[in-house]
Amino acid sequence: MNISSTIRISFRALKVNKMRSALTMLGIIIGVGAVIAMLAVGTGASKKMSEFISSIGSNILMVLPGATSAGGVRMGAGTQSTLTLGDAEAILKESPAVADVAPILGGIAQVVYGNQNWSTGVTGTTQSIFTARDWNVASGRLFTEQDIKGAAKVCLLGQTVVDNLFGSIDPIGKSIRIKKIPFTVIGVLEAKGQSPSGQDQDDVVYVPVTTAQKKLFGAAFPGMIRMMYIKAKSREDIPIAEKQINELLRQRHRIGPRQENDFTIRNLTQILQAEEQSRKLMTLLLGAIASVSLIVGGIGIMNIMLVSVTERTREIGIRMAVGAKTWDIRLQFIIEAITLSLIGGIVGIIIGVASSKILSFFAGWPTIVSPFSIFLAFGFSGLVGIFFGFYPAYKASLLNPIEALRYE
Amino acid sequence: MALIEAQEITKIYRLGDIDLKALCAISLSIEEGEFIAIMGPSGSGKSTFMNIIGCLDKPTSGLYMLGGADIGGLNRDELAAIRNKKIGFVFQGFNLLPRTSAIENVELPLLYNGIPAAVRKKKAAAALKTVGLEGRENHHPNQLSGGQQQRVAIARALVNDAPIILADEPTGNLDTKTSAEIMKLFVKLNKESNITIILVTHENDIALYSRRIIRFLDGCIVSDGSVEKP
Repeated sequence: MNISSTIRISFRALKVNKMRSALTMLGIIIGVGAVIAMLAVGTGASKKMSEFISSIGSNILMVLPGATSAGGVRMGAGTQSTLTLGDAEAILKESPAVADVAPILGGIAQVVYGNQNWSTGVTGTTQSIFTARDWNVASGRLFTEQDIKGAAKVCLLGQTVVDNLFGSIDPIGKSIRIKKIPFTVIGVLEAKGQSPSGQDQDDVVYVPVTTAQKKLFGAAFPGMIRMMYIKAKSREDIPIAEKQINELLRQRHRIGPRQENDFTIRNLTQILQAEEQSRKLMTLLLGAIASVSLIVGGIGIMNIMLVSVTERTREIGIRMAVGAKTWDIRLQFIIEAITLSLIGGIVGIIIGVASSKILSFFAGWPTIVSPFSIFLAFGFSGLVGIFFGFYPAYKASLLNPIEALRYE
Repeated sequence: MALIEAQEITKIYRLGDIDLKALCAISLSIEEGEFIAIMGPSGSGKSTFMNIIGCLDKPTSGLYMLGGADIGGLNRDELAAIRNKKIGFVFQGFNLLPRTSAIENVELPLLYNGIPAAVRKKKAAAALKTVGLEGRENHHPNQLSGGQQQRVAIARALVNDAPIILADEPTGNLDTKTSAEIMKLFVKLNKESNITIILVTHENDIALYSRRIIRFLDGCIVSDGSVEKP
């Protein structure tokens, strides 16, 4: 007997029991849909993560002041003011593994243009931050040496700030007021988008670090900064730079051999890569959980096929009496199971893709449906059909035709 | 050479520790073109004998030759192929596939014989015409009367040009008038197409349509003789 007529027989049997076939498929539909949606969510999250890693720049170290401790109560990193512009300059000059150092000093301030105002993070820094973070202006120019040395009242705006203050007006050359002090806008930065934690990286204003110290955030002592962004020369140089900075700062801060550091060095790239790894693991885990439902769906198919074999014992007897061979019967039921699981698989793929689109539309989660996940889900559902269809088919093919014909 | 040649066929069913002898050394030969009625009370072994003749079951011992070939050593699939090509079955309960049209029911043996779809359709339609069901090809069994359903079953038995039809109480579920029609159809098939027909029945008047009556009792043949035609 040829395959095409076996397929026709199987299709007809499924059509006769429409409701039951649909319910059986539901298990596979949910399983495949869940696998695809889960993988889409996971892939989307890790893609977003790696985008963020490249958006903060590569080979980045952060140096934060150490924790203050008052009467044994430690206050957490950054609560002590120990870092200075001098430290930043010394690191750049004396540590060969460091490519660039960007000092950071800032706070939240009200920014005003005309009758518009906006509260945002104002950061005092040098032009180095932009090389460290691989960031450039979309229009205008970056800071110059003179701007920094002369504590010029100039600023660079992130895209979000431009949108809120200027709307469609070109901001270059316009004057805005930060804490009532007028600043000239010299450039607009390229949009960077959201960080994975949902922070808007474009809601920023950059001013020269010297200006921030003198005019905006009156430092506790001259030259004080809040933190530093340091770019190592290469990926391999990151640990070397970390060691060199550590030694240099201990020396500069006169920390004795037994004393604790009054600063913290964070390897940002490493932290983020570790997080990216854990997200990938999460994706796998989600996929694995979803595959469990696929297997449960497969067991549903086996269950229904077993019922179907029992119910159609007489039909099997008739087929055997008129000449159906062992494999004719087996194929008929296996094809029924595969058809159920593949149709379920196709519907599941549609539902999985649709639900990941819905998730990114309503929940704002980034989702990516990879062709691999579709292939995987489809192949897997086919295998489920063969695997769980085989036993009922095998059982059917072993029936004794005489008894099967007498079955009521 | 006889079409069906049975020599010393026995069938023993093993039920736990007890051996149940269903057939005791049956020897029988049936020529091509015969019309035979097998009679006997329930449990007399006639159904067991029919199952062996129909290659649905194998004898415990003895030799069964069908068309000159020994059936004894064949496996399941080889027996299925013999049933497909040599034997057409007609049952008391019709045994048609439910929710399947008449023509598709008739096509079934052809399907398992690897016949292409177009030829299948043609042969099935021709078989339905032979049994007088032209125009009812697309009716489902539940839209047909008992007699019509049995005709579909007969068409299914005919469609593969099998030389033998085995009918197990084919009129058991039918009224007298319809029974007579079905029996006349068998007589016609036997006469015009030289098909060997072996039928099991309880009823004397049904058996009288045949030309030879074999009576079974307790697993043995008690009489075997031709029917005197008036």
